[in-house]
Amino acid sequence: MSLKKPDNKIIAWIKIAVFLLALIPVLNLGISAYIDNLGANPIEKLTRSTGFWTLTLLLISLTVSPLRRLTGWNWLMRLRRMLGLFVFFYASLHFLTYLLLDQFFAWASIVNDIVKRPYITVGFPAFMLLIPLAVTSNNRMIKLLGGKRWLLLHRLVYLCAVGGVVHYWWLVKKDLSNPLTFALLLSLLLGFRLIYWLRGLNIPLIPRKGWQP
Amino acid sequence: MKLATGAALSGFLPDWVLAGEQLANVKKSTEALSDKLTPLKDITAYNNFYEFGTSKEDPAQNAGSLKTRPWTITVEGEVNKPRVFDIEELLKLAPMEERVYRLRCVEAWSMVIPWVGYSLAELLKRVEPTGKAKFVEFVSLEDPKQMPGQKSATLDWPYREGLRIDEAMHPLTLLAAGLYGEVLPKQNGAPIRLVVPWKYGYKSAKSIVKIRLVEKQPVTSWMKAGPNEYGFYSNVNPAVDHPRWTQAKERRIGEFLKRPTLPFNGYADQVAQLYSGMDLTKNF
Repeated sequence: MSLKKPDNKIIAWIKIAVFLLALIPVLNLGISAYIDNLGANPIEKLTRSTGFWTLTLLLISLTVSPLRRLTGWNWLMRLRRMLGLFVFFYASLHFLTYLLLDQFFAWASIVNDIVKRPYITVGFPAFMLLIPLAVTSNNRMIKLLGGKRWLLLHRLVYLCAVGGVVHYWWLVKKDLSNPLTFALLLSLLLGFRLIYWLRGLNIPLIPRKGWQP
Repeated sequence: MKLATGAALSGFLPDWVLAGEQLANVKKSTEALSDKLTPLKDITAYNNFYEFGTSKEDPAQNAGSLKTRPWTITVEGEVNKPRVFDIEELLKLAPMEERVYRLRCVEAWSMVIPWVGYSLAELLKRVEPTGKAKFVEFVSLEDPKQMPGQKSATLDWPYREGLRIDEAMHPLTLLAAGLYGEVLPKQNGAPIRLVVPWKYGYKSAKSIVKIRLVEKQPVTSWMKAGPNEYGFYSNVNPAVDHPRWTQAKERRIGEFLKRPTLPFNGYADQVAQLYSGMDLTKNF
């Protein structure tokens, strides 16, 4: 077996492992909620934790393509759709925590937040932009859109990532160490792409036959 | 904590549960506040005390390194009788009373806490402020060995807070040495702290080592950290938003739905007259 070209059976196992790993944070929260171990302010804990994992998984999914280029392990790309959908999953939990638990459908105050609180002004559209990406993540939609348009559409994820990090940055009261770490890692990941693009080493926009996102 | 249960549970409970040493001769509060008390567990496990780290759980975890004895508070500046008070003397300076106060954090959550202490005025009277004493500055302990959070420059250490002299002399302004009838837990600002119930929580300086009476308005740590976000007065005011979040509502710890925030945190009858004629939007 080689790391460059593991057989399909091994990739299937890797996928299962990644799937289970990505479920750990939500299971952890679920169990904590069940045994009443979310601390004095459970809604805040749920909001922060789901937000943290959204950004973390987003950065991990953005690491796939640079890592593939550096290592030549093309099979890594086969993990990307699942990782992206987990980003959407945690972002949805984050959004629903805000909508259902934090605000409890106080629409006026939600609209007020979107208009007046800079971190929500930037966070809300960043989440909304993830929806078309999740909806078009299956093979049928890729075919329907055509690979070129599909790829262009999915570049929106860069905007989501920047929006997500800025959202975190702007809501922190004083200690910026966490948002700074995310910002630094994201600049590395985007910077890598920029260098490739500037050197004309970009992936061809038209995917090869048998290509999988 | 009762001794028997304390011994039985000590094996698997965190330290703070057993930290409580009862304070003697505490006069029970006469004024009944209809609000339900926040459980001791939440008051001692969910804290903003950046000297021990910036997450809410950090103070309960890290405050063990704080040494609360020996401890003194130096009172100096515009006073006729500047003095260094030993903690044991401070604890006996005036009769200890229980005061149940609402605590409203600038982050829009709140608690109801049965503090034990006496009015700060009791201490200030004893040093005889001069006519030039217009403001009072509070300085908290600075010692990164005891306070690991001070190893990072999150705030400009030591923590500094301030009040106008009439605010400091107001009977509601409390010098607290305990809560729930027990000696103040370390994560709550031991051994002695300020409690100003009509202002956002950060105004109530913890682990105080120095009190200075001064002529000019002091610059507080939070004013330095964000002059547009944290003003000198910091009165709880649902009508004036923090630039980044609303102050109209708050979540009471332990409750699901948010409740409206009251002007001056519900103490308007007692303190609103201190600010008559002032534009509270400008003097936030």
